[in-house]
Amino acid sequence: MAQPYSQLPRWVDYGLIPLINLTVAFLVAGLVVLAVGENPLRAAVLMVEGAFGSGDGIGYTLYYATNFIFTGLAVAVAFHCGLFNIGGEGQAYIGGLGVAVGCLAFDSVFPWWINLPIATLCAAAFGGLWALIPALLQAKRGSHVVITTIMFNFIAASLMVYLLVDVLKPVGQMAVETRPFAEGASLPRLDWMIEAFGFTIRRAPLNITFLLALITSFLVWILIWRTRLGYEIRTMGHSPKAAQYAGINTTKIIVITMMISGGLAGMMALNPVMGAQERLQLDFVTGAGFVGIAVALMGRSHPAGIIPAAILFGMLYQGGAEMSFEMPAITRDMIVIIQGLVILFAGALEHMFRPYISLFFGRIADSSLKAAPATTGEGH
Amino acid sequence: MIEAFNTIILILDSTVRLSVPLLLACLAGLYSERAGVFDIGLEGKMLAGAFAGAAAASVYGSAWIGLVAAILVSIALSLVHGFASITHRGNQIVSGVAINFIAAGSTIILGQAWFRQGGRTPPLGSDGSRFETINLPFADSINGIPVLGPIYSELLSGHSILVYVAFAAVPLTWWVLFRTRFGLRLRAVGENPAAVDTAGISVVWLRYRAVICCGILCGLAGAYLSVAQNAGFVKDMTAGKGFIALAALIFAKWKPINAMYACLLFGFLDAIAIRFSGIKIPGLFEIPAQFMQALPYILTVILLAGFIGKAIPPKAGGQPYVKER
Amino acid sequence: MAEYAIELAGINKSFGPVKANRDINLQIKQGTIHGIIGENGAGKSTLMSILYGFYQADSGEISIDGKNTKINSSNDAIALGIGMVHQHFMLVENFTVLENIILGAEDSQLLSGSISKARSELVRLEKEYELNVDPDAIIEELPVGIQQRVEILKALYRGAEILILDEPTGVLTPSEADHLFRILEQLKEQGKTIVLITHKLREIMAVTDEVSVMRQGTIVATRKTDKTSVEELAELMVGRRVLLRVEKGDPNPGEIKLAVQNLTVRDSRGIDMVKNVSLDVRAGEIVGIAGVAGNGQSQLIEAITGIRPAKEGRVLLDGEPIDVTGQADPAMLRKRGLAHVPEDRHHMGLVLAFEEAENSILGYHDDPSYLSGPMLNIEAIRNDARDKIEKYDIRPANCRLKTANFSGGNQQKIVLAREMETDPSVLIVGQPTRGVDVGAIEFIHKRIIEMRDAGKAVLLVSVELDEIRSLADRIIVMFDGKVVGECGPEATEGELGLLMAGVTNDKIEAAE
Repeated sequence: MAQPYSQLPRWVDYGLIPLINLTVAFLVAGLVVLAVGENPLRAAVLMVEGAFGSGDGIGYTLYYATNFIFTGLAVAVAFHCGLFNIGGEGQAYIGGLGVAVGCLAFDSVFPWWINLPIATLCAAAFGGLWALIPALLQAKRGSHVVITTIMFNFIAASLMVYLLVDVLKPVGQMAVETRPFAEGASLPRLDWMIEAFGFTIRRAPLNITFLLALITSFLVWILIWRTRLGYEIRTMGHSPKAAQYAGINTTKIIVITMMISGGLAGMMALNPVMGAQERLQLDFVTGAGFVGIAVALMGRSHPAGIIPAAILFGMLYQGGAEMSFEMPAITRDMIVIIQGLVILFAGALEHMFRPYISLFFGRIADSSLKAAPATTGEGH
Repeated sequence: MIEAFNTIILILDSTVRLSVPLLLACLAGLYSERAGVFDIGLEGKMLAGAFAGAAAASVYGSAWIGLVAAILVSIALSLVHGFASITHRGNQIVSGVAINFIAAGSTIILGQAWFRQGGRTPPLGSDGSRFETINLPFADSINGIPVLGPIYSELLSGHSILVYVAFAAVPLTWWVLFRTRFGLRLRAVGENPAAVDTAGISVVWLRYRAVICCGILCGLAGAYLSVAQNAGFVKDMTAGKGFIALAALIFAKWKPINAMYACLLFGFLDAIAIRFSGIKIPGLFEIPAQFMQALPYILTVILLAGFIGKAIPPKAGGQPYVKER
Repeated sequence: MAEYAIELAGINKSFGPVKANRDINLQIKQGTIHGIIGENGAGKSTLMSILYGFYQADSGEISIDGKNTKINSSNDAIALGIGMVHQHFMLVENFTVLENIILGAEDSQLLSGSISKARSELVRLEKEYELNVDPDAIIEELPVGIQQRVEILKALYRGAEILILDEPTGVLTPSEADHLFRILEQLKEQGKTIVLITHKLREIMAVTDEVSVMRQGTIVATRKTDKTSVEELAELMVGRRVLLRVEKGDPNPGEIKLAVQNLTVRDSRGIDMVKNVSLDVRAGEIVGIAGVAGNGQSQLIEAITGIRPAKEGRVLLDGEPIDVTGQADPAMLRKRGLAHVPEDRHHMGLVLAFEEAENSILGYHDDPSYLSGPMLNIEAIRNDARDKIEKYDIRPANCRLKTANFSGGNQQKIVLAREMETDPSVLIVGQPTRGVDVGAIEFIHKRIIEMRDAGKAVLLVSVELDEIRSLADRIIVMFDGKVVGECGPEATEGELGLLMAGVTNDKIEAAE
């Protein structure tokens, strides 16, 4: 019996194809730069220099990457359950509220190493709870989680404006933000990490949540591929009927997965709110929740893919900011286009080049088979 | 009493204005989703259409050229969606998300590059570069008649042509869907594409035509925003209307007449929110402005939770068509 | 008019590495009923799809009515007067009969003209061929037999002279099938050419003039039907003597292991699919449930196994009641010794995207031997999978290969190994050999009998009458959600056929 699916080598599936898709996305983005009258090559050089050319550049790149690791993981976990959580933006925003609540309560009581776990729990709990209603509506009513999480993004935005303006803002203060956190909620910087490579870092707010993001990535890998819960999530994602047959409580799995997803999105808030601004500000998420979609698609919903994808987007954000100094015609919104193109080519069009690549590798396999008819195919 | 009546007329009048972009986008989604292609890229297409419309209208000084440009750009994005989800059988939700981002980013980048006004297009004047309001016959003369006068002259008269186009599109869509060959095939391909295929009709071409219809209507919606309702394009001016239109479509159970009611309801909520935002209810409490802004979304969720009945989407919706072996 | 309605010469078709059709040569005479018989996967449907323009042949010639033609699309086929009744009906379920009939054959851009024309044409066709259908009925509200008539009417409305029917009786009761055959005879008398694709020998013998046998993508023989026999065709089909009876000893029934009492199951549409069903399965016996697909068997099994809640009734497992109307869930029932090989292997029994080892614990993944705390014990899971691979001869013997890459037979073995190796007291098996190659069928049947001989209670559901008759010790027939009869394995196909059509003994007597 022949294999119904053409098997490609793993490095092609997880390396070459995403790389090709990404390249095409960047080529199209280059055309946009060209249309605006700038040189795409120079833009790319400026971008890479801006992102990696200095200690601060690297610091900012990794600072942004931290946000995207969290939101990328959030989208990926939901993907594994067959759910498309577009609500990362709102969940991260509400997660920020959790961070603020935790920090404002204990910032002058505890040192940072107690406040960080508290804030993390608050952020995850708030983000998770914000995903609860869409999760319940999906699980119990079948209302598509895509639609409801979009609605919850808008509701979150309104709620946060209300809370910041009318509740959290100290009386008499002009800026719409909470009071600055006290010393106890200030997180250690990771300047030493950059300096170890001989760079100097001054402004970049790279902080310990970057390491937390890496640890969280590892834990998500464990969760999805090594725990019983992860097994149930993946079963549900691939085949709800099989999940039902296996006695998996599908309602529970949808709700748990969405809450984990929302919790991961909420944890993103730790980085800007606690690690950088040290207060809760309006609109601090700035689209990171949506970048998570691109990151998860590019990283194939696997932490090992999400981390490099997040760093790439961190590079785009930081490098893009530097580039717009040199090229005023290109604002940072260029990244939104690139994000869209990555989602298009790595997501919706992910199979566009696959047949050609299969054909190419099929030919190689054929000829090697002819050359060595005795081998059993395990070679290479 | 008269003041209350006038207030009601004013709210209803702005309901009509506010529901028009929703209605056009909702009907756009209806064509696409009835053919089995889910589209959460309505927002992006509307936004791109609004930008193209305002940009062309200001450059050529003609609202009509703006309208054509809006429609063409919106169709182009529809074709991208079709290319990904029909030709390459990609995930329709993912493709829609991508289109929203591409539209959001490129309208700002191109707007800044071309006009250098912080993402805005130059304001459109009354030199024909903007759709003017149309006064229906006798609107002024019968304004004085109580009740009926204001209803006719304020509510029905005095809108731009695109408002009338939008409401005419409702019965037209119904007629196309249920009384023409194209409509029969379009509904069939959203339910069972294999039946359409074996009947000798191209599933791919049929679905492309459906997404092109979707593109035309999204272009109209965008042009309405930037060339009729407002005098020019402002960054992110759709502000979630595409998503509200999508919710309205679900509400309407993918039926054209219901779609009009759903959009009028959301337009009405919006009108009330604008009118009463931050208004204090004396002696009781204050309704925060933000709550009123969020109300359409909250109501959508509440309705999705319970009162929507059973909304059964087109059976083949979201599924790329693959010939079975 | 040419002598042959259809002539095929040297047709080849491959799907990737799979050669579905190899050098097919076939001539079908005008005005005859020509049968094409072969096992599942022999290439029958591919060949007919080529004829209908659904696929294009890689090489070869097609002549219709003596003229050499190219059929590049269904449109071409329709224009050449070819109509097809597909195995899965190509109908839009929420459309009316009339709308379905005109779909793709509309006269103009507006529907009104086409609809009234179709209505009068339908009346004519109904008279001519006794194909009575309400033109304004919604398809999903019609019984399958009527839906099939709509498919035939669709083809005739398009002026079909050649009618291809792909496994038309799979969903029909024997009496509905007989009605269909009368319709086909009538069509033949009107000069239509009919191609009947089936894997059922009885049908070939009943209605065809000539028969071609397909095996592994080629036509191995063409015979005049009255010059051949069931035995010869069966041998040609499988390429060797068929074991019509599975070797097994007498049953040795013990105590009742599974008791179903007055079970009623309602589906999501609010229709009672299972009506007041009672049955017992004893240790050491195989009880077979026969019936045409869609008569409540699936819902019955889903209720017993806890996948779907029942509306009312009781189920006793090992004498202990299980709460089938409420809290029963598959995981709990498995722990109490109920194993289930589901009929929908691809979506329910397996997760095709999983590695083999991951599927070998599906449903048993909370068993402590596969876990260490909340973590999966990967080593234990893989070792266990390797044991099962060896014991059930699952090929390729690689527990880390994606399940989608196994053949149908080997996929089924993965499920069987998982469900049988837990030493259950009750085993429920649905359609065990659907889409499974011949070699594996024997293996699977043997294993089921071994389970019985080991004292397990086995409940077997199959739409293959042969399978039921050769495996079951007692046969229960379901029709329209009810148990309409019970008989021993010695019952004839005719007796079972009547029961499957809902004709109970009392009804026969009443009719007489």
